[in-house]
Amino acid sequence: MNQKVEFEVEEEEEERSRIPISERPEWADVRPLPQDDGPNPVVPIAYSDEFSETMDFFRAVYLADERSARALELTQEAIFLNSGNYTVWQFRRLILEALSVDLREELEFIDQIAKNNTKNYQIWHHRRWVAEKLGSNVASNELQFTGEIFSQDAKNYHAWSHRQWVLQTLGGWDDELAYCDELLQNDIFNNSAWNQRYFVVTKSPRLGGLEVTRDSEVAYAIKAILTKPENESPWRYLRGLYKNDVNSIANDPRVASVCVDVLTNEKECAHALNMVLDLLCNHYQPSIELKNAIDALSDNSDLELAKKVCSVLQLVDPMRANYWEWRKTTVPARD
Amino acid sequence: MGELEIVKHVKYILTVEKKKDDFESVVMEHLRLNGAYWGLTTLDILQKLDTVDVNEVVSWIMECQHESGGFGGNIGHDPHVLYTLSAIQVLALFDKIDVLDIDKVADYISSLQNEDGSFSGDIWGEIDTRFSYIAICSLALLHRLDKINVEKAVEYIVSCKNLDGGFGCTPGGESHAGQIFCCVGALAITGSLHHIDKDLLGWWLCERQVKSGGLNGRPEKLPDVCYSWWVLSSLIMIDRVHWIDKGKLVNFILDCQDKENGGISDRPNDAVDVFHTYFGIAGLSLLEYRGLKPIDPAYALPVDVVNRIFLRK
Ligand SMILES: [Zn+2]
Repeated sequence: MNQKVEFEVEEEEEERSRIPISERPEWADVRPLPQDDGPNPVVPIAYSDEFSETMDFFRAVYLADERSARALELTQEAIFLNSGNYTVWQFRRLILEALSVDLREELEFIDQIAKNNTKNYQIWHHRRWVAEKLGSNVASNELQFTGEIFSQDAKNYHAWSHRQWVLQTLGGWDDELAYCDELLQNDIFNNSAWNQRYFVVTKSPRLGGLEVTRDSEVAYAIKAILTKPENESPWRYLRGLYKNDVNSIANDPRVASVCVDVLTNEKECAHALNMVLDLLCNHYQPSIELKNAIDALSDNSDLELAKKVCSVLQLVDPMRANYWEWRKTTVPARD
Repeated sequence: MGELEIVKHVKYILTVEKKKDDFESVVMEHLRLNGAYWGLTTLDILQKLDTVDVNEVVSWIMECQHESGGFGGNIGHDPHVLYTLSAIQVLALFDKIDVLDIDKVADYISSLQNEDGSFSGDIWGEIDTRFSYIAICSLALLHRLDKINVEKAVEYIVSCKNLDGGFGCTPGGESHAGQIFCCVGALAITGSLHHIDKDLLGWWLCERQVKSGGLNGRPEKLPDVCYSWWVLSSLIMIDRVHWIDKGKLVNFILDCQDKENGGISDRPNDAVDVFHTYFGIAGLSLLEYRGLKPIDPAYALPVDVVNRIFLRK
């Protein structure tokens, strides 16, 4: 499935001088348990010595269900070797519960390992488990942590998912709209930030919902469109603000007007043409300016306006020519 | 570009995980069942599954089963739906689903459905629409969809639909082609595609094709061979695949081959891996590339395997 295996090598922070577990006195009483690859393994795997030894000891404590301090220590070593091993993480949680470990320390441990493994499902899941137990007083810590991830990778899907969960479960909505704005100022193309903006506008208990915020959000989207008309995100955001209801979109004069403005400067902008097409298909009466803008695009004066827009789109966006051809068939007959 | 290097890809799949001591082997250890599904399904699409010893695979898979009925990613690992679906799919490839205690596996999966219809991945409770797909696909292959509340499962998936027509991992999560595949697949299997605005979603999906011909998974992201599968299969399920330029996509996938040693990478000239090899070849199968078995876009198994399961009863 989407369980994308991340092959990026964890950068070894520094060469650790490692004492083999078998030579440590505290492990003298444990017999390591080698991996059973089954009879004639389909895909036999040979592992590095350090990895094998650590996992052999892990298997021994895991099967003995030994929830001890040394077992906790061992899961940490195993996680440093392969942070994707979900069985190790799950056993670690059992130990954390059994020993009543201070979970703020656990958050610090995750901080250490998460920064180099930002796309690892297990780490995020573990973090959520810890944060949920610590409750609302770690909300700002968690928002800050995802913020640090976004400063490296502003579209990290796991981090966004975590952030939405934090807001909904632990709170911390106050500055979220401003935060979205900050990210969009950095990169107006960041679709994740646009999605988050919609999430805040519709779900924040502080803002009063879409009905209250729509007007200023339309203005925000239009400003973004005028900056970079080729950016699909604010166009979709604009439609989302009206829940894709073309009637309401057409009733807002700012929408047609932004299309004219864009097409005047950038006559092949597919998103603007597409919006115009939607308006025309919805019996919108185009202004003289809009008519002129479209007429300027094509000298095929025989076609009605909406079909003319489709023909232009087929030319400027040939990869999706079939889509625009289909749109042409949905243009309602002239009445 | 050129041709699909079928012989080399078969060789790559058969040798990839026998490599000693490399990093890939270490990180793959806990998800070998996923790896087996990717590799073996690729071999089947390439019509070379007969090179594999069925009994070895089946007995290994059965050793990955946990007493709860679920499967771990390898022997001795905890159960999770991710690996349970892979186990069922691989057994299906070999027509061996009957080695399972079907009700036991189905009970494990259905026990992970939550009040709101969503599914957890395992007892630790992480929720994601990926797990909804996995549960529904698994139970359908076992003819046990009656063990869950399908109506509520569908309701939860629909609650993850966004205004761009796509789906995210939880309600409010950003639309992402991988999640869209899971949600559309689950809705297709349960006969619930009417919940999708096909024209709106189809437009979002076809906008994922970029100049190189490849597909990305979200706006402004780089194209990647694995999205050939997620975007394409979704477009096929909603009957809108003709909205993209298929020829350009075929060329993009062929460009990502290692023409010397076999295997396919995420983008041209990157390192190959079994995951992208599977998605590249499965994508080409969806594009009806010659010499490949057709693959079912919802079950992610060859069409003849799916027919064997659903037409035999
Ligand atoms: Zn990929």
